[in-house]
Amino acid sequence: MFHFSNIVRSKGDPAIVEGGPSLKRPQDQLARALGWFSIGLGAMELLAPRRVTETLGMEGSETMVRAFGIREILAGIMSLSVDKNAGLWARVGGDGLDAAALLSGLTSDNPKKGNIALALLMVGGIAMLDYRAAQETKPQRPARTARRRLYPNRSGFPKGLEATRSGAKDLIKHATAGVAS
Amino acid sequence: MKALVWHGKEDIRCDTVTDPEIQDPRDAIIKVTSCAICGSDLHLFHNYIPGMMPGDIMGHETMGEVVEVGSGVDGKLKKGDRIVVPFTIICGECDQCKRGNFSVCETTNRKRHLADKVFGHSTAGLFGYTHLTGGYPGGQAEYLRVPFADATHIKVPAGIPDEQLLFLSDIFPTGWQAAAQCDIVPTDTVAIWGCGPVGQMAIRSAILLGANQVVAIDCLPERLSMAEAAGATTINFETESVLERLQELTDGKGPEKCIDCVGMESHVMATLPDTVLDRAKQMVMLESDRPHVLREMIYVCRPGGIISVPGVYSGFSDKLPMGAFMNKGLTMRTGQTHVNRWTDDLLRRIEEGEIDPSFVITHTVPLNQGPEMYQVFRDKRDSCVKVVLKP
Repeated sequence: MFHFSNIVRSKGDPAIVEGGPSLKRPQDQLARALGWFSIGLGAMELLAPRRVTETLGMEGSETMVRAFGIREILAGIMSLSVDKNAGLWARVGGDGLDAAALLSGLTSDNPKKGNIALALLMVGGIAMLDYRAAQETKPQRPARTARRRLYPNRSGFPKGLEATRSGAKDLIKHATAGVAS
Repeated sequence: MKALVWHGKEDIRCDTVTDPEIQDPRDAIIKVTSCAICGSDLHLFHNYIPGMMPGDIMGHETMGEVVEVGSGVDGKLKKGDRIVVPFTIICGECDQCKRGNFSVCETTNRKRHLADKVFGHSTAGLFGYTHLTGGYPGGQAEYLRVPFADATHIKVPAGIPDEQLLFLSDIFPTGWQAAAQCDIVPTDTVAIWGCGPVGQMAIRSAILLGANQVVAIDCLPERLSMAEAAGATTINFETESVLERLQELTDGKGPEKCIDCVGMESHVMATLPDTVLDRAKQMVMLESDRPHVLREMIYVCRPGGIISVPGVYSGFSDKLPMGAFMNKGLTMRTGQTHVNRWTDDLLRRIEEGEIDPSFVITHTVPLNQGPEMYQVFRDKRDSCVKVVLKP
């Protein structure tokens, strides 16, 4: 079976014949997809804010759109990192901000209010995905209050701690005496 | 054969791969009998160490039986020999190897051009690690090719279980070197940050080297209990102030010797703002390491003291208090472990019953359960301290 990674193997090193199951769960893949989506959307907001504001009939709000773009990019990078859960919760918060900003533009005199309604619908859908991914990628570390197994008998010194300590002292005394003489 | 293969961040799989072959006359192939997951494997698991490639076989704590030797091994190994494989690949002939500085062997990094660019100078080749250190396939597998096998091995006798010998490959000499390079004298207080496997070995090494008082710092009850079992005074940094307790324990003078067994992924706590900032910067790739422990050690160490750093750092650390470091006249000693410098002595100590490193093992599972055990070890689930894998 062809495995792309085998192309970069040094000659003679073991190459993959058959892949085993991945540790990645569907929710991890979803987090990854949302992370890249966030970066893409953020880049667009940062680089072409005027296109966004014109589409939404919210001209004059370019600075806010740029700031939202930076926020999206940071949340996206976090969602792709080991701390993806924090990134996804940041996205959930960001979705709230997006919705609030869109609602502020949903006025009767806005000729593009249809676009705003569509954008709100999209934000709602993405927010549901963000929330689901955030819920399902919670870190699996045991709670601080969880019962732990303790190891009070594992000294690693078969002769006992006292014998070990006095052995070490004797050795130092011996070595020091050797230096003195 | 089966092997644990890196496929990307948090994605290690038990794949079927082709068997290793003799590539050079100085090679040997071993049938792996035991291998372990190391704390530094978690840095690779998190993709914090640059230079990993999908398809890389993990693992640098390995032992087994020699099943094939190259023509250039020169009688130093033969089929059937039982060996522990040091994680640093050494030639035994270069200037650094002759000085005993095995982890900076000048010969064995087969991708030295990468290391020369990143580090300034190449260091030794390492098993199951980044391509900056050669990208050699690791030992979390059924078989392992050992390059420069005539020098890169520790012959071990029959009759002692694998569990007592396996850690000669890395964590025992790493903890030992961390303590040894502190130049411990009988009046010393040695403070050790991190009670993971290397920290546990450093605690016992400091006691064997005659430290007056050993203080172990962590937040996990199971690890602190294991440290206490060896006679260490413990500090739980989640419930008490490390600075205040260390001052108390040293009559306000600070520990003479400090050992960082944590490295680049220090614990993050809201009450320690620098850890939060480091985590945020690491997430967005503005900083590669989280050096809270280094900062704390520099602050608490007694003037004129020694800071020893076996914990792994990968790249760039921000806001290190160089003013305090310089004005207090501290010395920092660090480096990957010169494994073979210490192993004759450590093997003798095991044989004579001075120490039994198997105390640290909490989980032993078949190799194919390795990927899940990376998660268990990372998340500190099931009071996990050290995982041994059986191919």
